[in-house]
Amino acid sequence: MTTHFLGDTIVLLGRSMRHITRSLDTIITVSVMPIALMLLFVYVFGGAISPGGGPGRYVTYLLPGILLITIAMGISYTAYRLFTDMQSGIFERFQSMPIARSAVLWAHVLTSVVSNLISLVIVVLVALAMGFRTSAGPLAWLAVLGIVVLFTLAVTWLAVIAGLSAKSTDGAGAFSYPIIFLPFISSAFVATGTMPGPVRAFADNQPVTSIVNTIRDLFARQPVSASIWTALAWCLGIGIVAYALAVVTYRRKIS
Amino acid sequence: MTTQVIRVQGLHKSYKDLHVLRGVDFDVAPGTIFALLGSNGAGKTTVVKILSTLLKADAGTAVVNGFDVAAQPANVRESISLTGQFAAVDEILTGRENLVLVARLRHQKGPGKIADDLLERFQLTDAAARKVATYSGGMRRRLDIAMSLIGDPPVIFLDEPTTGLDPQARIEVWNSVRQLAGRGATVLLTTQYLDEAEQLAGQIAILHQGTIIATGTLAELKQLFPPAIVEYVEKQPSLEDIFLAITATTAKES
Ligand SMILES: Nc1ncnc2c1ncn2[C@@H]1O[C@H](COP(=O)(O)OP(=O)(O)OP(=O)(O)O)[C@@H](O)[C@H]1O
Ligand SMILES: [Mg+2]
Repeated sequence: MTTHFLGDTIVLLGRSMRHITRSLDTIITVSVMPIALMLLFVYVFGGAISPGGGPGRYVTYLLPGILLITIAMGISYTAYRLFTDMQSGIFERFQSMPIARSAVLWAHVLTSVVSNLISLVIVVLVALAMGFRTSAGPLAWLAVLGIVVLFTLAVTWLAVIAGLSAKSTDGAGAFSYPIIFLPFISSAFVATGTMPGPVRAFADNQPVTSIVNTIRDLFARQPVSASIWTALAWCLGIGIVAYALAVVTYRRKIS
Repeated sequence: MTTQVIRVQGLHKSYKDLHVLRGVDFDVAPGTIFALLGSNGAGKTTVVKILSTLLKADAGTAVVNGFDVAAQPANVRESISLTGQFAAVDEILTGRENLVLVARLRHQKGPGKIADDLLERFQLTDAAARKVATYSGGMRRRLDIAMSLIGDPPVIFLDEPTTGLDPQARIEVWNSVRQLAGRGATVLLTTQYLDEAEQLAGQIAILHQGTIIATGTLAELKQLFPPAIVEYVEKQPSLEDIFLAITATTAKES
């Protein structure tokens, strides 16, 4: 049965990619909020809180956090699509067919990665128009891509848990709010040094800060500090725990 | 006698406190149409879900095409197709894409050709390139059944295949079901419509209060009908009369 895993996943990936390309509005919706935030922070708050050096420099400072917010927005649609599948009965049809059962989940997860990457490209293009500049070479870009994909995978598995256990469409998407909010209490918008003690302690030690700092260093062509290991550890840790929980939830659902 | 395609023995299933199946037994012979008859909430869908490996029974055994549903679910899935009570089609894809999708997942050669043939057979060719979201209920149901036939599975489960269809669409579905059995497939269908069972099925089983209270051919079931009442009615008793009579007596006993 597992011999079909790859083929089945590809077929099902093709299916959910069609869903995406036929409702491009989801990708646009996902990009609009982060872009609006970026505009707001750069042109409204930027004068007061930016590290100086004009809007271009602040966009460059903000972008890593904005990318993570984009992903957090995007994965709520994964939860939603999974939930809709279960509601519509097509899920049961797949389950009653001789296919690799995990292919159903992996197809949604890979779709999440692809559609998030499209949204991220849109956000980066807008950032470039707003003055984002980087001296990052191909290797650094590759490293950014790697971290972004890893983060997407990790939080997508959280989305899978939410989608599988949701009772309503709204519930399926609600889990992503805390993840969207997390960058605000991190180094994404302002340096954590300005925050009061307990808040700073939280900001310094939550996953987003290390990921943001790593991407920022990569964009700035600075040698990445230890933060890259912390970032990778967070992504892998969240990913593995969420994956395990998702598989357990799935098993319970289909047996 | 051991060549039954479906063999269900002592099936029990509860949802929390609700004891839905309380020892269900029945057999289905190869190449026949078998109707599982029951009113709303009798447990028909529950039986079908257990037989199609979507749900685990609490007790009892079920064997489909020689494979135990609990021990060899993968083999069972190779042998069956399920058309659930509610059309399980992808609304965003077109009709043809839905068929191609299932053909690919069933690892068939020439998925495009299979899809076109089925579209033709179910009179959906004109709507093939339209999103299923624009289909009528009857078209959706036909597509749903067409999707289930891909790969010619020897055992076909149809859960209330004609609920919500107009009389014309109902007759079309009936014809497809007869065709299937004609090709040698074994069909288990559930229905609340007694005339549907009467029309299609060689064997009929009535599921009521968690057990099969009567099973047999239409003629056999008619013999169970209390003769005293036959005198009052002019025409032959319909299955509906039999059903109501039997459920009334079991209700008194329990
Ligand atoms: N997942 C579930 N959780 C709790 N109760 C359930 C669940 N599924 C079904 N039931 C209950 O079990 C009983 C049998 O349900 P089932 O769907 O098998 O009946 P049915 O014969 O298919 O009915 P219908 O003709 O309405 O489709 C019903 O009372 C139903 O409410
Ligand atoms: Mg039902």
